Amino acid sequence: MNPTPSQTVGPFYGYALPFPGGGDIATGGIIVHGHVYDGAGAPVPDALLEFWQAAPSGDLTGAPGTLRRDAVNGAVLGRNGVDFTGFGRVPTDADGRWTLRTLVPGNGYISVCVFARGLLHHLYTRIYLAHDAFLDSMPSERAHTLLATPEREGVHRFDVHLQGEKETIFFDLG
Amino acid sequence: MSTPPTQADIDREIAELRELRVTGDGGERHHPSRDYAPYRSTALRHPGQPLIALKDPDAAELTGPVFGVTDVTALDADLTRQHLGEPLGERITVHGRVLDRNGRPVRGQLVEIWQANASGRYPHQRDDHPAPLDPNFTGVGRCLTDGDGGYAFTTIKPGAYPWRNHVNAWRPAHIHFSVFGTAFAQRLVTQMYFPNDPLFPYDPILNSVTDDRARQRLVAAYEHDLSVPEWSLGYRWDIVLDGPAATWTEESR
Repeated sequence: MNPTPSQTVGPFYGYALPFPGGGDIATGGIIVHGHVYDGAGAPVPDALLEFWQAAPSGDLTGAPGTLRRDAVNGAVLGRNGVDFTGFGRVPTDADGRWTLRTLVPGNGYISVCVFARGLLHHLYTRIYLAHDAFLDSMPSERAHTLLATPEREGVHRFDVHLQGEKETIFFDLG
Repeated sequence: MSTPPTQADIDREIAELRELRVTGDGGERHHPSRDYAPYRSTALRHPGQPLIALKDPDAAELTGPVFGVTDVTALDADLTRQHLGEPLGERITVHGRVLDRNGRPVRGQLVEIWQANASGRYPHQRDDHPAPLDPNFTGVGRCLTDGDGGYAFTTIKPGAYPWRNHVNAWRPAHIHFSVFGTAFAQRLVTQMYFPNDPLFPYDPILNSVTDDRARQRLVAAYEHDLSVPEWSLGYRWDIVLDGPAATWTEESR
């Protein structure tokens, strides 16, 4: 069957898709943060990033409950702090900035899906937290765009450049 | 500052890009090009480098997040019952199934929708369209697909609204959809349109899907049997998730 075409997430998803604690996959582990930039180097204040990753064991089963709800008033309570759901969702702020709190994935990388106003079809990339053989299979002059920069113990910086000289590697998973 | 484009400028660009498509290799292009110029915001937000094909059978993207009964409440699927009073507008239901490219139902996965109110206004601080907000309508819904891949929402028909892509730019009425498959690589965010909207030819976002058949798949069908007497008008819209290639076979194309 032929697929339903993609359309942009638009500018007004903000009251619908983000949820409290969206970027807190787990506490007590690492912080990964960065900006999203456009082709002119300006921060993108209306991007939405989704993250999917393995548990520290490498397990990719995930668990429900990322959006766990209060049965009384419907409010989002979020993850129960026990199960590792592996999924996070973070809108960029007015400065194009996002922050993720999580545990180090057993397979070495966090998958990222980027949505934005002006982006008609989402983009996939990966955050590698340390050098990985996979990066050697990428074009050598751009492989570094997939590698987070350690800033201090447990804190990693990863910027997404949608276009231009510093353009991040994006994947076709077709 | 250059003169903002007129609708005639945008119409010409839309026609040129569709012409290029038709005279190309003849194959159907399912998704929009990220560099579709008539939608001006694409200019600085599309990659200039080609995407790199990733063909790893162990890729994390072949799995994906899971959702369950704790992630939604029964009221989430009825956008007309989320406040003390009834929203203004034409009450509708939207039914459909989420399928993969083999036609297999995508079960138990999260479908999220958001939309403008009947006047064409979003409850978002940056929406300054001078149309009334509706205190009884937020415009957000969620549900999990059932054992058949089915989903259903009750809502009101959203209004058309202006935007600043060009002079006198108006978006046709639409409902935004966010859908998860069993693989992160099947993720889809898109927009559902209503049949026979006179704004279709003028909208660069809808027309970014340059193939006529693909574009038609974004338009719901009015289905009289889904209308409820003395209550609501019924629409049907099925969703087919793309990729990843590893989960579907060549002959079923």
